[in-house]
Amino acid sequence: MTRKTFLTENRSVFWFLLSLGVFALIITVLADGSGNGMISTSFVKTLGRTLCLMLVAIAMDVVWGYTGILSLGHMAFFGLGGYMIGMWLMYARTEIVLTASLNAAPIPPTPEEIHDAIGSQIFGLVGSSEFPAIWYFAPSLPAQLALVVLVPGVLALVFGWLAFRSRVTGVYLSILTQAMTLALSLYLFQNDSGLRGNNGLSGLQNIPGLGDVPQSHLSIAFFWASAVALGAGYVLFAWVVSGKMGSVIRGVRDNESRVRFLGYHVESYKLFIFTLTGIVSGIAGALYYPQAGIINPNEIAPIASIYLAVWVAIGGRGRLYGAAIGAAVVSLLSSWFTGGSAPDVNLGIYTIQWTDWWLVLLGLSFVAVTLLAPKGIGGLFDLIGNRHPVPATSSTAAGPDLGARRTVEGEEEK
Amino acid sequence: MTSPVPLQSITKPIECIAADTFAVPAASSPPQDFQTRLAMLRALFPALALTLCLCLPSGKAAAQDQRDLQSILQTEAEEVASPGRRSVGSVIDALVASELPQAPEFLQRWSEREVLQRTTDGLFFYGTREGDSYALTDLSTGEPAGSAPASEIEEIRPNGGVRRVIASALVQFQLSDPIEARRIEALDSIARNPSADQLEPLLASIEDEPSPRIRARKEELAGMLAATFGDTPEERIAAISALSDGVSVQIRAVLNQILSTRSEVGTEIPEGTNIARELTPGDDLTRDDAYARLVSEDLAPEIQSRDQLKAALTANIDGGTVGGVPIGALDTEEARARAYETLAAAGTIPRLVTEEDVDAALASHVFFEAYDEDDPAITDAARAALNEVETRVAVHQVADLALDAVSLASIYFLAAIGLAITFGVMGVINMAHGEFIMMGAYTGYVVQQIIPDYTVSLIVALPLAFAVTFAAGVAMERLVIRWLYHRPLETLLATFGISIALQQLAKNIFGTQARPLTSPSWLEGAWVVNDVIGIANIRIAIFVLALIFLALILFILKRTRVGLEVRAVTQNPGMAASMGINPERINMLTFGLGSGIAGIAGVAIGLYAQVTSEMGANYIVQSFMTVVVGGVGNVWGTLAGASLIGVLQKGIEWMNPSNTLAAQTYMILFIILFIQVRPKGIVALKGRAAGD
Amino acid sequence: MIKTLKLSGVAAIALVAAGAAQAQDADCPIKVGVLHSLSGTMAISETTLKDTMLMLIETQNEAGGLLGCELEAVVKDPASDWPMFAEKARELVSNDEVDVTFGSWTSASRKAVLPVLEELNALYFYPVQYEGEESSKNVFYTGAAPNQQAIPATDYFLEELGVEKFALLGTDYVYPRTTNNILESYLESKGIAKEDIFVNYTPFGHSDWSTIVSDVVALGEDGKQVGVISTINGDANIGFYKELAAQGVSADDIPVVAFSVGEEELSGLDTSNLVGHLAAWNYFMTAESEANDEFIAAWHAFIGDDARVTNDPMEAHYIGFNMWVNAVTDAGTTDVDAVREAMWGQEFPNLTGGTAVMGTNHHLSKPVLIGEIREDGMFDIISETDPVPGDAWTDFLPDSAVLTSDWQELECGMYNTETSTCVQIKSNY
Repeated sequence: MTRKTFLTENRSVFWFLLSLGVFALIITVLADGSGNGMISTSFVKTLGRTLCLMLVAIAMDVVWGYTGILSLGHMAFFGLGGYMIGMWLMYARTEIVLTASLNAAPIPPTPEEIHDAIGSQIFGLVGSSEFPAIWYFAPSLPAQLALVVLVPGVLALVFGWLAFRSRVTGVYLSILTQAMTLALSLYLFQNDSGLRGNNGLSGLQNIPGLGDVPQSHLSIAFFWASAVALGAGYVLFAWVVSGKMGSVIRGVRDNESRVRFLGYHVESYKLFIFTLTGIVSGIAGALYYPQAGIINPNEIAPIASIYLAVWVAIGGRGRLYGAAIGAAVVSLLSSWFTGGSAPDVNLGIYTIQWTDWWLVLLGLSFVAVTLLAPKGIGGLFDLIGNRHPVPATSSTAAGPDLGARRTVEGEEEK
Repeated sequence: MTSPVPLQSITKPIECIAADTFAVPAASSPPQDFQTRLAMLRALFPALALTLCLCLPSGKAAAQDQRDLQSILQTEAEEVASPGRRSVGSVIDALVASELPQAPEFLQRWSEREVLQRTTDGLFFYGTREGDSYALTDLSTGEPAGSAPASEIEEIRPNGGVRRVIASALVQFQLSDPIEARRIEALDSIARNPSADQLEPLLASIEDEPSPRIRARKEELAGMLAATFGDTPEERIAAISALSDGVSVQIRAVLNQILSTRSEVGTEIPEGTNIARELTPGDDLTRDDAYARLVSEDLAPEIQSRDQLKAALTANIDGGTVGGVPIGALDTEEARARAYETLAAAGTIPRLVTEEDVDAALASHVFFEAYDEDDPAITDAARAALNEVETRVAVHQVADLALDAVSLASIYFLAAIGLAITFGVMGVINMAHGEFIMMGAYTGYVVQQIIPDYTVSLIVALPLAFAVTFAAGVAMERLVIRWLYHRPLETLLATFGISIALQQLAKNIFGTQARPLTSPSWLEGAWVVNDVIGIANIRIAIFVLALIFLALILFILKRTRVGLEVRAVTQNPGMAASMGINPERINMLTFGLGSGIAGIAGVAIGLYAQVTSEMGANYIVQSFMTVVVGGVGNVWGTLAGASLIGVLQKGIEWMNPSNTLAAQTYMILFIILFIQVRPKGIVALKGRAAGD
Repeated sequence: MIKTLKLSGVAAIALVAAGAAQAQDADCPIKVGVLHSLSGTMAISETTLKDTMLMLIETQNEAGGLLGCELEAVVKDPASDWPMFAEKARELVSNDEVDVTFGSWTSASRKAVLPVLEELNALYFYPVQYEGEESSKNVFYTGAAPNQQAIPATDYFLEELGVEKFALLGTDYVYPRTTNNILESYLESKGIAKEDIFVNYTPFGHSDWSTIVSDVVALGEDGKQVGVISTINGDANIGFYKELAAQGVSADDIPVVAFSVGEEELSGLDTSNLVGHLAAWNYFMTAESEANDEFIAAWHAFIGDDARVTNDPMEAHYIGFNMWVNAVTDAGTTDVDAVREAMWGQEFPNLTGGTAVMGTNHHLSKPVLIGEIREDGMFDIISETDPVPGDAWTDFLPDSAVLTSDWQELECGMYNTETSTCVQIKSNY
């Protein structure tokens, strides 16, 4: 066997980066911000956010499609990343407004005075004016940026360690991750959590210090940042799932016990993947929410993570570009259908309004994909290139839950 | 508009009567004169009772020649038409003082909103609306008085506060009323609004009380009134001690009111004060609160807040500097403090209050709570009685909480047991389980639309909900799930797809509004042991339903052929198949059974909570938790899981009553940790059946 | 020569005017954005408001449209998702170029669209009672501020019912939090001790009320009259009232006044056991006026169901939409700034009789009604005040007592009267 380079082994990386770059350039040229006006600012923002969703989707794919852990909690890390950057955005923006206002007084403000004023401005809404301890680092951008990585990372590490250590697997693990994200969202829903409860953090699209830059330009900047993050994430995960590491985690997916008997410390691999994807999700969230403008605990509710799994499943598990495509297609379609711009279908006796029927369609198409096309949209690429993203096994059906051995020996091992 | 009786002529006699006969003291009469009122009442009561007895049969003729009801009302027509809690007393006094036999009836019907005013002449009538007009009845004679179009009629609607005042005025008439409901009403009114003047009439009415139940209640109330309004300290102490074996809210209210305190502060405790306790700053109340109290009593100077400090500095800007500090340098707290001290030293502004000042001020004052009741013997007796009552209340509260927990557990059990069957037996996670609950509830709603009788409709709805969701479950199993038996994670997602589709479908069909599902009247109300322990009947019914299903499922699994086959398929489908069992059929039946129970749970949940398209989603995660905590594949496990979660949630709620969300959060955290300790749940299957 | 010049000047002006008129014609139809959730948890309340808007627009079109143009509704579904509100608002304003938007129910969703509206200078009408503490240049608040609902209702409790001990029960989000905060400090200013105020927050859609209701009943143990002020939102009310009925808590024992329970919410349950409990609004369906009868008839005709009820936020939209129509007519244009100025002082008869006036702080002046629940799920109006001008910044919280809002004179929505400075032109999000 000849030694191959990373790129030749993973041709999708090249094609993905190429199409991403071309896409970003086209959008930039056509966007409102460059004076062209073909694409509105709000659509640029939608696209930018979609890129972030694609990033978290490929992270999900690595966890689920490659490692076989159906995590129903990755949007929790995504949301945490958003909260961390949101704290700084809110603090710094309020600080600028209030410093200007307080400087108008005859006596210059003291730092404590400004700090307290910011507190009552941010928390006055929810009936308090004290800064909770978790806002300690909020004044500092570098610190909050570090927290974007650290908070989701540490949570993933601790949770993963607890779960994998006690060998919780399969649907149990799924439910456990769902419980985690439910607990987190319920916690954040409480006002006592110090993150403004149900209201969440808002006005995040106004970047402190860049008040003069129009949103049309900011949206392009964030779009590019998201594109770069997505490209980097793609390369990172493509590298992770190739090589020996990739073989081991796919082995874990297909038959955990066998990998363990081969002498690998399965828990460490799982923990590494879980934590790494958690961190990447956090970064994606930190890029997403300044474009969305508001984050609140609803974003972390279990349903969000289930939708994430839906995107990956529709896109096609076990291939990174599949997950990315799935996220893009489903979230954009959702936006289109619920936006009221989809034309009604007149059936004569009944007119289908898509705002009412879109979810029914999504739900059913999801069932259909699971039943009829487990490879998802990504499977279409097999038809074109006749290539297998996953190194071929003896299995004909390379679904993550049907390991090599199981397809041969059958059903008694559930 | 003309008044039937010249107003001038009747005003005077009423005033006279109100002045020299008795007036019913207002509920808020000052306590110091209650002794005299009581004495007066005691003297008057037999007379009143006598008058009433005499008046009832023959009063009509006697009263009419003096004054009639209408003219009394007309003197204060505005107050009658739109009564206020504080001002309505005068009308009631006048009515009671008139001794008119129709007065009690008028008061009664007034508070029941049956009185109308004709806007054309301002006269009052009883009346009922009939289409676009009102049939009027004369107040005094009870004869029909014609009708009036709706546009000329103003309905008089005394609000709750006024009705309460009227009810207390009615007490004296109602205590011996032949109608039992009226007597109970009077007693309720006393309980709500006890006052000294009720004691005598109440005592007098006990003797002739025919109903033993009401009699007991009267005696109880009389004891409570005596505890507060008794003549001598001995009498009161005796009454107080007699209260110590109750638990009711009213008894606690009586005792607590005797023990009501006021917070005071001074340099020393004044002589003769009945002290409840002394407060130590730092322990019983915070330093800040203690000092704030001193400030509010003008016993210490106010601590300057940052804003005040800044304002003081701003006011003393002197050519670019404040107290010698340049304005530009005042952007730190230290600089401001320095500037302030300079100014204070110069005497321009008051000195800054320091921590030492606060300490000194606190040390030189005593904070204490004093009883409003001056007699220590009474307060001691009340304290002792209250302690006894509260100990008992605490025990009862635990019992009540246990009932709530059992109720919650049974709801969780009902919601989860269907899931436990499908998950445990077939290893299939059904995310659409919540939507089956919803389907059951909507079935109940639809049945109620067709069958108006709530009892019959419930009897129809339960099996029908089972049938509908059974069919839906079987259809789902046949169409979707059986293709995914060996891909459990994908089942999870496919059923989730069905779940969102069903939810949206329900919205499209039934709308987004919550739909009413009303329980039959025999399920309304609550089983009340006492004021502390009680539980809604509907919850008891749900508990019973849960028990029935527990028994039923156990019976099916353990005692029937199907159950045997189900267990066989659970343990080893291949082997079961080779023994002649058709695993497909068993899977279908199991899934149908699980879904059917969800439908029944839906009806039950809809009866006590809301029926919306999202109701299932509210229960699905809890149901998963229940199954996972309990242990998969075991009915007893689900029962244990539901109990644990129910008890736990109620326990946390009890510890933190103002935040229900926290209870749910901590419960989930607990579950996550619990799984660490027992990854297979409370009741884990052992051996081969456990599988992996 | 001069004459010709003048003439040509006139011609030029005429030309420009014609061009403007053409531009206005080109602007036809006038677009009205409707931003109410049609799916998700809030759909229960907001779908009705969407239908109300469609009805109002249809009625206006039948009456000849506006400025000679047809009105066209642009409906978006933000799906009860706050970020989606921001996104859809941006789409409405920048892509669909609507001239005005009517939308939102929850405060959180309003806060989400605020930055977008202020950035793009768009016009927004918010129809629901809310917690105040806000006055945006771009938003007209046609629902009640706390002093138009919460404070009068609390006064009614204190004065008319003699309540001495309060249970403030709310759903855990910003409206109940802030309202209860205001009420707590209001009650304390009225001499109610802190210990006599019990506060509880429950999640959206809460259904297990037995313990909380027992707790409230137990509050009566010191002999004081207990009253409940409920800011419980949406369908959680159904479980709450069912539990009240089951535990036999009558309005005579413990009255409950609700700020988020209207005819719509009561249609989801049997009210025979709830007779006498209260709600405070600016409108009840039972209000007796001709305008109200017409409105109800039009609503029934539009929705094709005589059983459908009307409620307070619907009236708010009714007033808000008609005021906007009149303001546009007055201004002769749909230009946001011109319409905003024309809105100040705009008067329109409200459905309960009397006239609503739009203040320069962008809040309406409306009467406060207190109703008692009847057996048929309607309300008996038992108290009606004179019109109360909405106060953006409550007087009962120290931080906001010094603030005022006046867009006409002060050109500021958050003006500190102590320091005489405008704290900020934009809003807090």
